[in-house]
Amino acid sequence: MSIIVGGDTKLVVSGLTGREGSFHGLRNRDYGTDLVAGVTPKKGGQEVDGVPIFDTVKEAVDEAGANTSMVFVPARFAAASINEAIEAGIGTVIAITEGIPVHDMLPTYWKAKQAGVRLIGPNCPGALSPGKANVGIIPAQFFSPGSIGVVSKSGTLTYQIGNELKQAGLGNSSIVGIGGDPIVGSDFIDILELYENDPETELIVLVGEIGGDAEERAADYIAEHVTKPVVAYIAGFTAPPGKQMGHAGAIISGSSGTAEAKKKAFEAKGVQVGRSPSEAAQIAAATLA
Amino acid sequence: MDLLEYQGKQLFARAGVVVPEGEPADSVDDVVAAAGRIGYPCVIKAQVLIGGRGKAGGIKVAKDEGEARAHAGAILGMDIRGPRGEGPFRVRQVWVEEASEIDAEYYASIILDRSEKMPLVILSRMGGMNVEEIAESDPDALVRLHVDPLIGLTHDDAAALAVDAGIDEDVVEGVAANLVQLYGAFNDFDATLIEVNPLIVTSDRRVVALDAKVTIDGSALFRHEELAAIEDPPEDPQERLAKEKGLTYVKLDGNVGILGNGAGLCMSTLDVVANAGGEPANFLDAGGGSKADAIVDALEVITSDEKVDAVLFNIFGGITRCDEVARGIIEAYERVDMDVPLVVRLDGTNSEEGLRLLAEADLEGLHNAETMLGAAEQVVALAKGSG
Repeated sequence: MSIIVGGDTKLVVSGLTGREGSFHGLRNRDYGTDLVAGVTPKKGGQEVDGVPIFDTVKEAVDEAGANTSMVFVPARFAAASINEAIEAGIGTVIAITEGIPVHDMLPTYWKAKQAGVRLIGPNCPGALSPGKANVGIIPAQFFSPGSIGVVSKSGTLTYQIGNELKQAGLGNSSIVGIGGDPIVGSDFIDILELYENDPETELIVLVGEIGGDAEERAADYIAEHVTKPVVAYIAGFTAPPGKQMGHAGAIISGSSGTAEAKKKAFEAKGVQVGRSPSEAAQIAAATLA
Repeated sequence: MDLLEYQGKQLFARAGVVVPEGEPADSVDDVVAAAGRIGYPCVIKAQVLIGGRGKAGGIKVAKDEGEARAHAGAILGMDIRGPRGEGPFRVRQVWVEEASEIDAEYYASIILDRSEKMPLVILSRMGGMNVEEIAESDPDALVRLHVDPLIGLTHDDAAALAVDAGIDEDVVEGVAANLVQLYGAFNDFDATLIEVNPLIVTSDRRVVALDAKVTIDGSALFRHEELAAIEDPPEDPQERLAKEKGLTYVKLDGNVGILGNGAGLCMSTLDVVANAGGEPANFLDAGGGSKADAIVDALEVITSDEKVDAVLFNIFGGITRCDEVARGIIEAYERVDMDVPLVVRLDGTNSEEGLRLLAEADLEGLHNAETMLGAAEQVVALAKGSG
């Protein structure tokens, strides 16, 4: 097994006719993901490299059997696109787009919640289950199949850790980027729950960063609900307060959201925290050895 | 984007929230002229993005023209530090407003609660202090209400909250009306924070917002042209240059210039450099898919900071191709005056081709490192050597 994406994923890409959307959508297909459709309003009937384009997500669901949607449309239209996927009966929506206004995401988050739709992102690299399916922009070559589940707020930092795990001969059940925005569809806790119940996953690596309290809540959740070993890494110890460090959500407000507080929260619950990405990978390898 | 008090009050006024009448001014003569129109007594308030202005001497009441002139002269140009030592912030503008007769001071705010994924309205009858102090001195005086974003804040809910907070009975309706209007402003202007401290009751029992702290979601500025237009460029020269070039850059205090691709990897690089005993000079995320031009711009911004003694490029290529980065570095050496050593760590997509290009170019002062930790140690040694 794996989580979020896998052999039964039937992918529709909103924005498949765009430059980025087609590049990554087709790359996902080349990896083995079952890309069944693209959606671009007014371009229904066209094809992108053999993939049928529909005007609406509803048609992609009804006619091509799509169950997972990847949203690659520009920020100002992205929330509407996520809403459309939710209303069309899609089960999993993965939103890659960066820079969606928070006030667009607030209602969208609750619409997804009420409809029982799993929303990943926005501003995330997507999800990869090595050897099965890749939905998003994660470079799959740095990951091989295995038993470590990764959940992360960051893209490149995850590739860095994945590569070190691979060099240590370790692979992954899945890699899930939850995104670095203030409002994301799935938090660490949601993904931890899936890994806890995934028989293929033996250890979980959690990659957090400054801002918000998702890491602190994850630490509490791990203590109560997760039996598998978890190794954490936190970025942003040197970040000054009040400055946004790239991701919209990566900001220390007053004295809350610091890396130090997150590290302490994990350690208080017995979760080991690596001081560098390499050390996190080494701890994971040593734990599984 | 943080708004100055008067900019926040102007938004409030558009949303129907009552604010004192006032005018912005940036010279002593303008202050005196504005005060003449508003009438005495009036209040002259320094416009800087920091709390604690009153304590720092940045807010003064003027009873006549002489006082207005004297206060304006003292406040304009003064440097104000925040309660946590932030700044200093130079006062370039003041807000002149009618003085208010205050019967009661309340506190009201709306924040984005990231954990609950809902706006959170906070109200207290104990305004004038900061919310942490109220929470400590009298926790019951602080009441909170999460608002369902699919429904919004209703007048009845706002009134019930005001009753809970122990607001004077005769102004419960007025406070509730203000909260609903503030919530409207929060939504309509894409705010992530609205704080009114104090929200006052005047001697004639009107509810008025006497201060305004507003943060607007930078991702939403595309639909608020009027707000985007008043956004000041950053004061720091490197931050200003980076913004012009569309780079994500944050100035820090140290001497090791840093570029990483991806926000997480870049933050992690700062940490690893600090662990190796170095002091990062900046955060610079070259972003996913960094092209050669972006690399040239990035090096130009980083090296324009005179404190920088050595630079580290930490690239893990996913979408970013290391050969593109290498081409950018080679081009930057031609276009930018590189007088500090550069440590480059290239890993990931097309790293072999990137390293081959760099070896071929044989650039002076360029060092390759194989790992992130090794690169950090090397750049810290180089930065110390030249310092």
